[in-house]
Amino acid sequence: MGRMGFSPKHACLTDEKDPNRQKITNLTSCLLVSCQLNLHCEVRPPFSSKFPLPFFPSLPIGTKATKMSTAFSAANFSTQSFPLNHTSTTSHDSPLVFAKPTSQFLRSTRKLRLSSSSKLNLNRRSGTVVAVSDVVKQKKSKSTPTLLITKEEGLELYEDMVLGRAFEDMCAQMYYRGKMFGFVHLYNGQEAVSTGFIKLLKQQDSVVSTYRDHVHALSKGVPARAVMSELFGKTTGCCRGQGGSMHMFSREHNLLGGFAFIGEGIPVATGAAFTSKYKREVLKEADCDHVTLAFFGDGTCNNGQFFECLNMAALWKLPIVFVVENNLWAIGMSHLRSTSDPQIYKKGPAFGMPGIHVDGMDVLKVREVAKEAIGRARRGEGPTLVECETYRFRGHSLADPDELRDPAEKAHYAARDPITALKKYLTENNLASDAELKAIDKKIDEVVEDAVEFADESPVPPRSQLLENVFADPKGFGIGPDGRYRCEDPKFTEGTAHV
Amino acid sequence: MLGVVRKKMLGQSLLKIRPAVSMLRSYSSAAKQMTVRDALNSALDEEMSADQKVFLMGEEVGEYQGAYKISKGLLEKYGPERVLDTPITEAGFAGIAVGAAYHGLKPVVEFMTFNFSMQAIDHIINSAAKSNYMSAGQMSVPIVFRGPNGAAAGVGAQHSQCYAAWYASCPGLKVLTPYSSEDARGLLKAAIRDPDPVVFLENELLYGESFSVSDEVLDSSFCLPIGKAKIERVGRDVTITAFSKMVGHALKAAEILEKDGIDAEVINLRSIRPLDRSTINASVRKTNRLITVEEGFPQHGVGAEICASVVEESFAYLDAPVERIAGADVPMPYAANLERLAVPQVEDIVRAVKRACYRSVPLAAAA
Repeated sequence: MGRMGFSPKHACLTDEKDPNRQKITNLTSCLLVSCQLNLHCEVRPPFSSKFPLPFFPSLPIGTKATKMSTAFSAANFSTQSFPLNHTSTTSHDSPLVFAKPTSQFLRSTRKLRLSSSSKLNLNRRSGTVVAVSDVVKQKKSKSTPTLLITKEEGLELYEDMVLGRAFEDMCAQMYYRGKMFGFVHLYNGQEAVSTGFIKLLKQQDSVVSTYRDHVHALSKGVPARAVMSELFGKTTGCCRGQGGSMHMFSREHNLLGGFAFIGEGIPVATGAAFTSKYKREVLKEADCDHVTLAFFGDGTCNNGQFFECLNMAALWKLPIVFVVENNLWAIGMSHLRSTSDPQIYKKGPAFGMPGIHVDGMDVLKVREVAKEAIGRARRGEGPTLVECETYRFRGHSLADPDELRDPAEKAHYAARDPITALKKYLTENNLASDAELKAIDKKIDEVVEDAVEFADESPVPPRSQLLENVFADPKGFGIGPDGRYRCEDPKFTEGTAHV
Repeated sequence: MLGVVRKKMLGQSLLKIRPAVSMLRSYSSAAKQMTVRDALNSALDEEMSADQKVFLMGEEVGEYQGAYKISKGLLEKYGPERVLDTPITEAGFAGIAVGAAYHGLKPVVEFMTFNFSMQAIDHIINSAAKSNYMSAGQMSVPIVFRGPNGAAAGVGAQHSQCYAAWYASCPGLKVLTPYSSEDARGLLKAAIRDPDPVVFLENELLYGESFSVSDEVLDSSFCLPIGKAKIERVGRDVTITAFSKMVGHALKAAEILEKDGIDAEVINLRSIRPLDRSTINASVRKTNRLITVEEGFPQHGVGAEICASVVEESFAYLDAPVERIAGADVPMPYAANLERLAVPQVEDIVRAVKRACYRSVPLAAAA
């Protein structure tokens, strides 16, 4: 769709002018704008120097040209206009993941790109250098690169992402075999965002998601068996089969849904964050520092509720992180076709909170940003808006034929599969051996198989379950004058069902 | 009652707004009068002081003392963390309240009128009403959405709709419609204590009306059951069901009819969802005639539901077809005379009762 040079049938949206030039101009102006922004938030040095590098400069220009997400708006994040970016100059020094791989990647995929890309790419990159280096002096660690994660953390992240991927693949299989039905939205490709953020949370922290919530549930700790049974509609599911794919709730793990309407989860998440603050200030639970994460997509960022909640969260300084999973597509509507300013992270500073853009295909980068954002919230400094640029490998749902997306775009992102990238990082930095990773793969396969078997063997809900749980008050009626719950009119909820 | 009065004496600011209550100290046994506004205010006040988890959120509830002064004095008493002035973001703050309720707080969300609740209706229905069911009991939502509902005086089409039928058709919600001060106090306290989402539909024109209240009503633990209607006036010849402002009209109509020898039984529904079908049906079996009165639009209204319920359960007892008196099937006009025509008046109820009793001039023949 508005992908310049990508889809000829949508040529009407192709910029007539040189897309690359436009990109440079936008990029520069972005950086300048972001440098001028003055946000009242403190940034500790370790954060900015370790700030995740943007992958975009590595992006050949002809393709994602309009994803002008290059500016590290983390520049907006600090009051001293920090740099943070530069892959080209600092990549070899940086401890962060894709340094070498990006350049290799770049070379390998250049064949797919327009021939002009390489030259323009350099221009673009140098444009970036000029803008940034004028403003900043960058600290580079010349010594041996320090690793971002320990072995245990690395394996935990790997296992979580593989669980998410294997589970979703199994969901697709089960759907086509008729065991799952209705709307099923799969998360393949976006695992880095879920794992990167949720693995940093405590059990009492809350997560609110959208209909694409299976992997958020799994990352938060809901057992695979419970999620699979819920999808099969069995009574052993996490919501007893009453919620389904789009409505995963777990009180124990503080997963507050699972909402089908986009934007609906954002106010609910803001309310959960409000509760955390209320508990601390009014109910005097002094150590209540629970953080809430709200996950939602790029399409949601045009919805009124999103802006309403950015306003109120910043106004009341609520401990929430708004995580935008920008996978560029809202069913078949490209983000660029539907948004006047596609750079979502810029909407944060408009409301007085930092807006950060991070490569959502790199779990380590996401994790670094998440640490900072969650830390901010926990310390009571208020909300953060994090835009993760990511991609879903499958269609919007299993019913979506996914014809509108360019196969070259899909291939581009498939090559940046977060799991493969983490695997590479772990093996190259000697954090784990191939054998260990394979063992994890095998273990996850068994977990998923077991989940399917469990779900298959579980019973469907009994007929009497139809009328249960409409109200928390078990008989659906309020309090009598004697202070006890009334129980009257059992036909109240039955309707015409023979239960 | 005395305990309540003593508590009020401590709150200096409240004395100014509670002339009714301060009078109580001087009279010992005379009938006490209380406006609906004071009833709601006292109910909110008592529930907020009894449970720290209760908080009030809405536009102008704090510093402005409430758009209709229902929350007067609460900001001074409880502070800005518990009485929150929100920006004009119905969808946003209704959702925030639902999220807070998921975690065990007890929000009371005020909509300036229920017409504005349409901007938040996604949260009322989808994230409040349905959550307990979708999560199989894990997420209960002890929230109250309250505010004035229905027609006021000359406020035009977009400020005059009655939402009782809309919310009452949705499972997972409880919908309450108080009429008198006793109803207002008792039902609001029950709503706040209730662990489920409650839509509390008040009426702006009733806020200033005074009703006599007994000592029992003024007690801080007074609570009315949700789902029980009240028979305001016992009668033998015809049953009139009504809720909110229409109860007053029905009672006036009953007085007029008494002079014509028709003894009307007036039922104050109090609770639209769950509807007190047993009381209505018992009454119809006694009187054999039914008139339903409501202010909202006629199609798919509350009266339609009551009529269906009576036809299903007490068909053999009906001596005349059920008549529905409802507002005109038009958006509310502005001109005062048209507005009077668009809302049921006492004469409409009287005429309908006479038709039901004599069937001498059937409605179809008159048309």
